[in-house]
Amino acid sequence: MQTRPCGDTGLLVELDDNAEVHALAGAVRAAGIPGVVELVPALETLLVVYDPRLARADRLAARLRELPRAASALGDGREVEVPVRYDGEDLAFVARHTGLSEREVVAAHTGVPWRVAFCGFAPGFSYLVGGDPRLEVPRRDESRLAVPPGAVALAGRFASVYPRRSPGGWQLVGHTALSLWDQDAEPPALLVPGRRVRFVEVAA
Amino acid sequence: MTTLTVVDPGPLALVQDRGRTGYADLGVGRSGAADLPAMELANRLVGNPHDAAVVEITLGGLRLVADAPAWIAVTGAPVPVRVGVRARWSGEPVPVPAGECVELGLATQGLRCYLAVRGGIEVAPVLGSRSTDLLSGLGPAPLTAGSTLPVGTPYPSWRPVDTAPGAPPPAVDQDLHLPLVLGPRDDWFEPEARSLLLGSRFEVTPDSDRVGLRIAGPTLPRRVTRELSSEGVVRGSVQVPPGGRPTIFGPDHPVTGGYPVIGVVPSCAVHLTAQLRPGQGIRFHERASDNRTPD
Repeated sequence: MQTRPCGDTGLLVELDDNAEVHALAGAVRAAGIPGVVELVPALETLLVVYDPRLARADRLAARLRELPRAASALGDGREVEVPVRYDGEDLAFVARHTGLSEREVVAAHTGVPWRVAFCGFAPGFSYLVGGDPRLEVPRRDESRLAVPPGAVALAGRFASVYPRRSPGGWQLVGHTALSLWDQDAEPPALLVPGRRVRFVEVAA
Repeated sequence: MTTLTVVDPGPLALVQDRGRTGYADLGVGRSGAADLPAMELANRLVGNPHDAAVVEITLGGLRLVADAPAWIAVTGAPVPVRVGVRARWSGEPVPVPAGECVELGLATQGLRCYLAVRGGIEVAPVLGSRSTDLLSGLGPAPLTAGSTLPVGTPYPSWRPVDTAPGAPPPAVDQDLHLPLVLGPRDDWFEPEARSLLLGSRFEVTPDSDRVGLRIAGPTLPRRVTRELSSEGVVRGSVQVPPGGRPTIFGPDHPVTGGYPVIGVVPSCAVHLTAQLRPGQGIRFHERASDNRTPD
């Protein structure tokens, strides 16, 4: 576990994999360390944001190393089913790029459960991992200015669903009517880190 | 309940408080006042708790009226403050009679000013904050002519002062000297990038906003050229896209970034970036961090 300073308000912790990221995040939450104001998990890093009046990076780093980490602290274990119409504008490109037929892309996308590795980019925008490795595709050369809410998308080894209208450069394979963001709910995001996600095809 | 009504928002007027915390793991950024010390001073001048919501005004030009007598204070970039026919100034508590127009002039140095009203602005909070996040769209919409702002109940104890001295932002033809803690990804750059970063003048470009200040200067050559997997970033991070202009992240920065961060402006100085205008210069000075893991 290597730590890197982010000014005097952040400590970026590098870990071996995403499971370790969430194990450490869970341990930090459970320990209730004074001065820690925010945790930002990513694929293989955890950013610990702290108040420099209440914590110091060197002591914080030492404390993190001592924390007991639960073997499995991956979210609340819930599985979310996301119904999808596979009518995305980039479905044909994804099929061409992967060498699969469009039907095979759908089968691959729905066949293996995904898991939320982390959120970023926008409120409720989750990076899903663990799906069928054949679905790895590059981002689009040009971002779209407006991707509609509910767009189901692929980029790199990640899948995601756009929670709200936003610009975006991912490949769109379909869309869901499921609401992924409700700012009055707790938590406001449906696809929170650790949850398992299963895509299910619905008729066009 | 007292209500402020915006007559003219000027170029950009937003409700801001200290920002949203606790939802970064869901992709929700902090937002909040770009110049926190200025916002807190405005609140102190009218006897508010330091985290009461205020109006953040870019350049000035805001006009509003109160429907009941109120106290306001304006801080940050210095601007003339006119209440009815009376001329006042930034940095002092100002009584506002009901129905009289409060008018802010334009700042000649600095970029953002803060208007606090005694009792605080009590628009409905979203995820624990009243701040407008221009990146995510969370919080109240930017103010427009006709926007109404409910004012909360004042704290009972208050000892008014006549004025609060404050250091003015640097004049527009002055370079701002900023401390910089190298890392977390300074080792992704060639050694010469460090001397270029610490030895050159960078200039704020016009596409800067609350998400980040874009700065133009020499290209900082990369040593590690593979793609960085997105990772969490803090405000003040200097992120360097390949061959592009570095960005100093502001209050509405995304919670994660996909390009390496070569250094971070520490918390004691990050608010100074809120007062920089396009064309102004920045010079970075290294500040040590003793917090790195020994290799």
